Formats: sequence, structure tokens, C-alpha cells
Amino acid sequence: MTAATNAPPDTARSHGEQAPKPAKRRRLGDLKVAMIFLAPATLGFVVFYIWPTLRGAYLSFTEYSLLEAPKFNGLDNYERMIHDSFFWNALGVTVEYVVINIGLQTVLAVAIAMLMYRLTKSITVRAAILLPYLVANVVVALVWYWMLDFQVGIVNQGLTWLGIDPIAFFGDSNWAIPTVAGINVWRHMGYTALLVFAGLQTIPSYVYEAAEVDGAGEMKTFWRITLPLLRPVLVMVLVVTMIGSFQVFDTIAVTTQGGPINSTRVIYYYIFERAFTRFDFGYASAMAMVLFAILAIVSLLQLRLLRAKESDLA
Amino acid sequence: MTNLSRRTLLKAGLAALAVPSLAACNNGAAARGEGEVIYWLWDSAQLPMYTECAKVFQQQNPQYSVRIEQYGWGDYWSKLVTGFISDTAPDVFTSHSAKYPLFADKGQVLAIDDFVAQDNVDLGIYQKGLAERWIGADGKRYGLPKDFDSEVYFYNSAFTEAAGISVEQLNSMTWNPQDGGTFEQIVRRLTVDAKGRRGDQPGFDKTKIKVYGLGYGDAGGSDGQTSWSWYAASNGWKYSEGEPWGTKFFYGDPKFTDTIGWWRGLITKGYMPTYAQAKSGVDVTTSFGAGKYAITPNGSWMLGTYKTLKQVPTKLARLPVGPIGKRVSMMNGLADTIWAGTTRREASWAWVKFLGSQAAQDIVAKAGVVFPAVSASLPAAKAKFAADGWDVTPFLETVEAGDVFAYPANPNAADVTAVMTPAMDAVMSFEAEPSSLADANDDVNQILAASA
Repeated sequence: MTAATNAPPDTARSHGEQAPKPAKRRRLGDLKVAMIFLAPATLGFVVFYIWPTLRGAYLSFTEYSLLEAPKFNGLDNYERMIHDSFFWNALGVTVEYVVINIGLQTVLAVAIAMLMYRLTKSITVRAAILLPYLVANVVVALVWYWMLDFQVGIVNQGLTWLGIDPIAFFGDSNWAIPTVAGINVWRHMGYTALLVFAGLQTIPSYVYEAAEVDGAGEMKTFWRITLPLLRPVLVMVLVVTMIGSFQVFDTIAVTTQGGPINSTRVIYYYIFERAFTRFDFGYASAMAMVLFAILAIVSLLQLRLLRAKESDLA
Repeated sequence: MTNLSRRTLLKAGLAALAVPSLAACNNGAAARGEGEVIYWLWDSAQLPMYTECAKVFQQQNPQYSVRIEQYGWGDYWSKLVTGFISDTAPDVFTSHSAKYPLFADKGQVLAIDDFVAQDNVDLGIYQKGLAERWIGADGKRYGLPKDFDSEVYFYNSAFTEAAGISVEQLNSMTWNPQDGGTFEQIVRRLTVDAKGRRGDQPGFDKTKIKVYGLGYGDAGGSDGQTSWSWYAASNGWKYSEGEPWGTKFFYGDPKFTDTIGWWRGLITKGYMPTYAQAKSGVDVTTSFGAGKYAITPNGSWMLGTYKTLKQVPTKLARLPVGPIGKRVSMMNGLADTIWAGTTRREASWAWVKFLGSQAAQDIVAKAGVVFPAVSASLPAAKAKFAADGWDVTPFLETVEAGDVFAYPANPNAADVTAVMTPAMDAVMSFEAEPSSLADANDDVNQILAASA
């Protein structure tokens, strides 16, 4: 641009008729460069996502024990799923987990984000809030597993001092899923809060000024202005966190491993168990396909119902 | 925003499909020397002694070398299976009787009958019953035994002394499924409530317990190896018909359900923590180490772990004598097996043969981590354990007397476990009656019938 403005006007005019050509060449040139930049990502996407997806879809129609070649068996796996009480239990447990996890996490994240937004913009605070997210999932799970131990864990020692009977967090079927959900809320809420915080910063300050002029209180401003204007960001956050939440695995794998009884056998863990400890890979693939469909539908519903495409600012 | 929603949806779907995959290891056969054998094991505590074995093996067989790789139990089996599929499995690997039947069934482990015959391997040097364990349901031999394990009670001797229970009493316990025999009396005496009253003293408050007489790690699943197996077996119960290759299981047999009913009765009486409490702990040894349990049953492979519990003085006691008039223990063991897909059969066999020989097992025995499979190597192990402060006699008595039973093996072990673990969990958490195990047993037998 600078070169064009600096150039003498007559030169520009004398080359005027040729001007469209270089522009066209430049577009093509961009395409080549773009493809070079896109190629590694595309390759990775095809090799690590598209191909396994197609292969998974194919395997879901086969009986495949890993150690023998897959045998096509049509819709048998899907039919089995309908009669498999473990599968339905796993779905139920997963939904329970998602509801507790996402419900609690979203409320807490919005609360933390609001506190940050209204009280401090300190980088240190933001970093501190993100800290749990920086610790590996497995480590978080193991540390909590120790702290929540019934007999020697620090949490139950604390409860005892307070005069509360110790709680079998991981051992009681009613507590196990809330406990796992709570641990993951603890790990993820800071990160989610930062996403919401970023969303808060996109709300123009004149809206707040207008509200203040009109005499709206803190609560009213939050319900009438902040939340509605935050909606598109919240939808995005909800969709992404919910997909992640449906895929809970590592916390379960290092703590309860599906127990007690079947109370924490979430769908991902059940798929893993079927595939890698029971070598029922075809059936596991079929369940993965169903989970795929469920997640796609849930995400679509969320985006539609919450009008993610529209912003109230427009 | 259109972009966002599409991308999110795509992500949603693809992420859903990302079933945890385990990277295959890179043991490319072509990339290594002709005589190099790759050997896998899972116990890090045994790595040093097998490294030494490899050194000696290489000195005796300069044409061969061994590369040892160790992976934790959790990763080991899935890594092995991915190795089978991608042709990158180790040439030789440590195997377990719960796992090898499936591998044998799928043709992944090499039958070694010809090698054994050709080299005239003396199978009489092993502890009785061990070598036979590695003959599969098809009658072929799949491994040479390397070690064995059995179960005893690990007890906190400070607690037993405080309770006035003598070592003799602990080693001559009796048990039956009706009143639990002297074993239950001892467990009762060892249970202490928050106010210091013992289980057999007036005013004992079973709702507030400081020390439980008996600890347990889990409900035992399909084998009950370290939880209920010796009670059931000493009650005259068998896992299945046609043992050790169970074709029809008996989890619904009253001999079994009575045993389990008695066992979980200890929870009601306050001598054992509830299932929720027991499962809500890191593990049974940690609680034992914190002085919460007076007695915990466990296997010989746990000796090293118990030794690290410095705060509690730990000793070993025999299992109780049951209604059949003797004490019995499960005896299980590991063996080295050869992968059927190996390109180095001769080298692999040489290594397996060496590991199964007294020369190698003496090295293993001297490390004092496990009991060697070769009988003649056992004294060295005993001496090392004694030097570490363990009198391991209770472990060995049942084995030497032949009063042992085998780990319930079959190619569908994983499916059987998937049925029995939740079923046993439900019984132990009082969400189902012991009689419900009959239904679980039907499920198990259905699985076996379907795959037969």
C-alpha cells in the first residue's frame, strides 16, 4: 500500500491496463503458499482423524478381537448395544457426570470471571486461577485420590475435626460420580473462567454506563446485560466443555476404574474396557460411533437453542 | 459464527471417536542384531535381577544378547496386544495365568513342547504343580515357570501383643462359615472402637471403629485371590468343573455363597470396614501402614511393599484351617513365554530355557523379591527374606504340602471378570444378597458356552 501511494500518479496510470494481471497472479501465488502451510496440518488431520474415524466406522460393523482379522457382522454390534444393560448404565452415569460437572463448572467459572472482571485485572490472579489446569489430569486425580482416602486422607481428617463423619468419597456409589465431577470442576473451572473473562471483555463499556445512568443495580446489570451479551461466548464454552466432559476417562481410570459396582463406569471407560481389556474392538467401535452421534446432536441442539450465531449487540 | 459452529461440530464428532489409542512400540526386528532378544516384564522390583540374569546368559551364550524392557502392569497387557497386532511384540515376555489362555487361544504364544523334548528339559526341578499350569486347554505347553506366589495374613504384631494374642494362637486359627471359628474370635478381639473397647468387650461401639480387625482391598471379583479364595476353598468349594480349565463355574454354590455371606457379615459386626470405606482408600497396604487394620490378607509378591511400612511392625501368620480339615492357599505363578510371531525362535528359546534353569533362578532367589519356581533355589530366597526380617514359612507350608489350588483360568477371563466384579461389589456393599451370585454365575456360564 505504501509503495502504491508513493508511486508517481502517471506511472500508475500508464500501467493501469496491466494492473488486474499481477493481482490474479498474486492470488494464485497465495494459494500455493497457503497449501504449503496447510499441508502438514491437513496430513495430520487425515492420518490421525479422518482415517481412524472411517476405520472406526468400518470396525463398528465387524466382530474384531484385535488378534484375529475383523469379520463383517452387519448391525449385530448395534443390536447388542440395545440389550446391553452395561451400555445404558454407562450412558446414564455419563449424563449424571456431565450434568454435575458442567452445571457446577459453568456457574463457578462465570462467578470467578465476574469477580476478576469487577475486582481485579491482575495478571498474577489470572495465572493463579489457571494453575490447576496446568497440572496433568492423572496427577490431579491421584492427588485427590490420596486426599480423599477414607482412613488416611486429609479431607476426611478435616471433616472429623469438624465433627462430621468421614465420607467414603470414592467408595460410596452415590458419592463416586459427584466426587469425580468435583475433581474435574476444580481442575477446569479456572480455564473456563478465563474463557468467560475474555468474553466479558468484548462487552462494550457504554452498555454498562447506560445501565448505570438508568440506575440498574449490580444484580440487575448482571442478569439483564452481562449474561445476554455473554451468550455467544457462553454457548461456545458450553459446547466445548460439554464435549470434553462426555469424554471423561483418565480420572476414572486412575481412581475408581468403573466401580464401586458400576457407578462410575462412564461410556468412555466402558469403551476402553471393551476394546483393550476384553478385546471386543468391534463392539467398542460401535459404541464410539453412537457416542459420536450423541455428541453431534447435543452440540447441534445447544447451538440452535441458544442461538449461538446471533449476538444481541448487533 | 458459522465457521465456529461447524468447526465445533466437527471437533465434537472427531474427538468422540478418539478412543484412547496406545502407541505401538518400535521393536522393529530388522533394526537389531540377529541374536538379540527383546524381553518384557512388568515388575520394576525384578528388573535388577533379570538384568543380572541377562548378563550371565550373554556370557554363556555370546551369540545371543537380551534387551529388557519394563512397563507397569496397567500398560503392559495393552502394549503387548498392540504389539501382537502390529508385529512389534517382544520375543519373550513374562506372562500370567489369567492372561495367557487367551493369547494361546488366539495363537499368539509359541508352544514349546518340541523345544522341551529336543533339549530334554527336566520339568521335575520346579515346585510341584507349577509347570503343569502352563499347559493350555489344548494340551500344549506354553511356558516355563519362573516364580510362584501364595497367600497369608500380614498382621500388625504391636496390635496382637496389645490384645494378648499369642503367635501360636495366630498360627493355629480355625475357620468355618457359621461362626468364623477362632479366626473370627481373634479378628473380633483385634477390633478396637474409638473409646478403646475391643470387639469382645461390653459396650463395644461398632459404629465408631479405630482399628478394624480385618482389612480387605476389594470384593475379590472372579478369583478372590487375596480376599476370600482360601475360605471358600477350605469350605470344599471349587471354582469350576474341569479345573483348571473351567468350563462351568460354581459361583452360585451354597459353599461359596455361605462363605461370602459370612465374610460380609464381618462388616455388619464392625470388624471389617464397609465396602465403600475399603474402596475409598488408596489401597489396603496404605491403611494397614497407617495402623487402621490389625490383619490384612495378601500375596507373597507384596512382601516388598509391606517392608516399606516402617510405622507398623508386620509379621506373617498362617491361613486358618477350614471345614475340610486343612489350610489351603491359591498358588499362582508367572512364566516366560515366547511370542508366536518372533523371528528369533532359537534365541528366544535359549533365553526362556535359561530363565527356567536353576542358574537363573538362584540369581532371582538371592534378590529376595519373589519365590523362585525351581525348588532347589528356594533356600536362597528363604535366607534373603529372613535377612530382611521375614519368616516366610506360612507362605511355603501350603505349597510344600501341596495344599494349593490354581488361579481360575480360561480364555474368557476378562469377560468373566467383567461379570463377577460388579456382582461381588454389589454383594459386599449390601446392594444384593449372596444368593444373587447364582444369577451372575449363569451369566458367566453363558459367556463360556457362547465361546465354546
